[in-house]
Amino acid sequence: MVTPDPAAPAPAAPAPAATDSAAPVPAPAPAGPAADPAGAAAALRASVDAGLAPEAGEWLAAALADAAAGTPGPSAGLLAWEAHFAAARRRCGAGAADAVRVLILHAARADEQVATRVYDRGDAAERRAVLRALPYLALGPGAVPLVEDALRTNDTRLVAAALGPYAAAHLGDHAWRQAVLKCLFTGVPADEIAGLADRAAGDGELARMLADYARERTAAGRAVPADLDRILSLTRKEV
Amino acid sequence: MRIFDPHIHMTSRTTDDYAAMYDAGVRALVEPSFWLGQPRTSPESFYDYFDSLLGWEPFRAAQYGIAHHCTLALNPKEANDPRLLPVLQELPRYLLKDHVVAVGEIGYDSMTPEEDHALAAQLELAADHGLPAMVHTPHRDKAAGLARTLDVVRESRLAPGRVILDHLNETTVAAALESGCWAAFSIYPDTKMDEDRMVRILREYGTERMLVNSAADWGRSDPLKTRRTADAMLAAGFTDADVDKVLWQNPVEFYGQSGRLELEPEKPEAGGATYEGNSILRGGS
Repeated sequence: MVTPDPAAPAPAAPAPAATDSAAPVPAPAPAGPAADPAGAAAALRASVDAGLAPEAGEWLAAALADAAAGTPGPSAGLLAWEAHFAAARRRCGAGAADAVRVLILHAARADEQVATRVYDRGDAAERRAVLRALPYLALGPGAVPLVEDALRTNDTRLVAAALGPYAAAHLGDHAWRQAVLKCLFTGVPADEIAGLADRAAGDGELARMLADYARERTAAGRAVPADLDRILSLTRKEV
Repeated sequence: MRIFDPHIHMTSRTTDDYAAMYDAGVRALVEPSFWLGQPRTSPESFYDYFDSLLGWEPFRAAQYGIAHHCTLALNPKEANDPRLLPVLQELPRYLLKDHVVAVGEIGYDSMTPEEDHALAAQLELAADHGLPAMVHTPHRDKAAGLARTLDVVRESRLAPGRVILDHLNETTVAAALESGCWAAFSIYPDTKMDEDRMVRILREYGTERMLVNSAADWGRSDPLKTRRTADAMLAAGFTDADVDKVLWQNPVEFYGQSGRLELEPEKPEAGGATYEGNSILRGGS
């Protein structure tokens, strides 16, 4: 248990995003998990295992076995793996929690319905993990409402997680452009947006929205977000 | 001075309050789930509220350097509406979440059979989940309400050291402490308890198992009453160590029994650096 330093200065202003600290994990294959969900999950498991204490590693192995077997849980209407999913951060630490939760959903072979249930009854960190799991679950467009729900929040952790490879593949043009603009508004770095260069290329409507936004900021005497020019230049590339 | 407010309804407060609380020394808090002033009419309203206590509110608190925790329950007042009872079936799923540090607020409002049932059932849920319980004592007929509350606590599987009895005053403090439960006091601008009365109670009963909160909500209340009480304690001759015990160590010890207390708020950093480490989860690009 760490106690904050009472003498520490107050944060100057609301910062744009708050996240759990995350342990480094290896770089993904360029095509992302969706190209090979099983292989990506195996690679993720290996990298997570490498960083876990033995006790946490054993817990994870048992949790994944429960998920694969559909073991009944501690109370009515709750499977064992759903309880493990909730406890992942306490068992494996903040840095590994997202990845552990992705592995649990993958082992449970969560379909769109299950992913939706876990998301709906999840706290913010669990919802973020469901969003991050989407490309690992080989889902069709049925999980798009989860992405849309996260994009309606003002929680930058959820907005960022929503814009992974699943959104790049399945989110409609209008919603995707609005999401890009929302990232600029809320301070989510453009690097968080999966497939940004591919989707932005040749998108004249996005270019117009960005230019209008830059004009509005300039008229108000406010700085234009640094990422705006970068995204604008991406729209000028040929498809 | 570091302050832990063990009972405050931040959902009803503004970001100005968060900033003022930080300036006054508040670094951690517990937000118990309760009534919102307007009665709810469906269980789903509760789930949205729980989501808020588990998502948006901790996010907001972190922006201001304050660690946010919550307690979840079907509150006593709304336990009387049969439409809302499904919340009791859904609670186990929520009690598993990080940052849920107790079952609460439970207890009595009007002392009905429905409230008997909800209180007993939720004390059992707390025992099942290894969580302490935060028990509200009724504003009307308080002494009789406390006696009945203590009967139900004694019949439960929960040890008294894992129970807070809240909203106490001069007439109920002795019985509460004698039971072995923790004694909590809500310091309000002009009802319940004020800081000078609180100082007198601390003089008489000591600082052991004593908690002070603002219980600030949507009514007339003051989120800085914890600090005001600390200042009143110092003015009355209590030491810095006494103040730290009542306003920091005691709530940390009580809610620490959940094993889920994290006194370092999530770091309000820009997403980039922190998310990069997790880039495998996003699949690149």
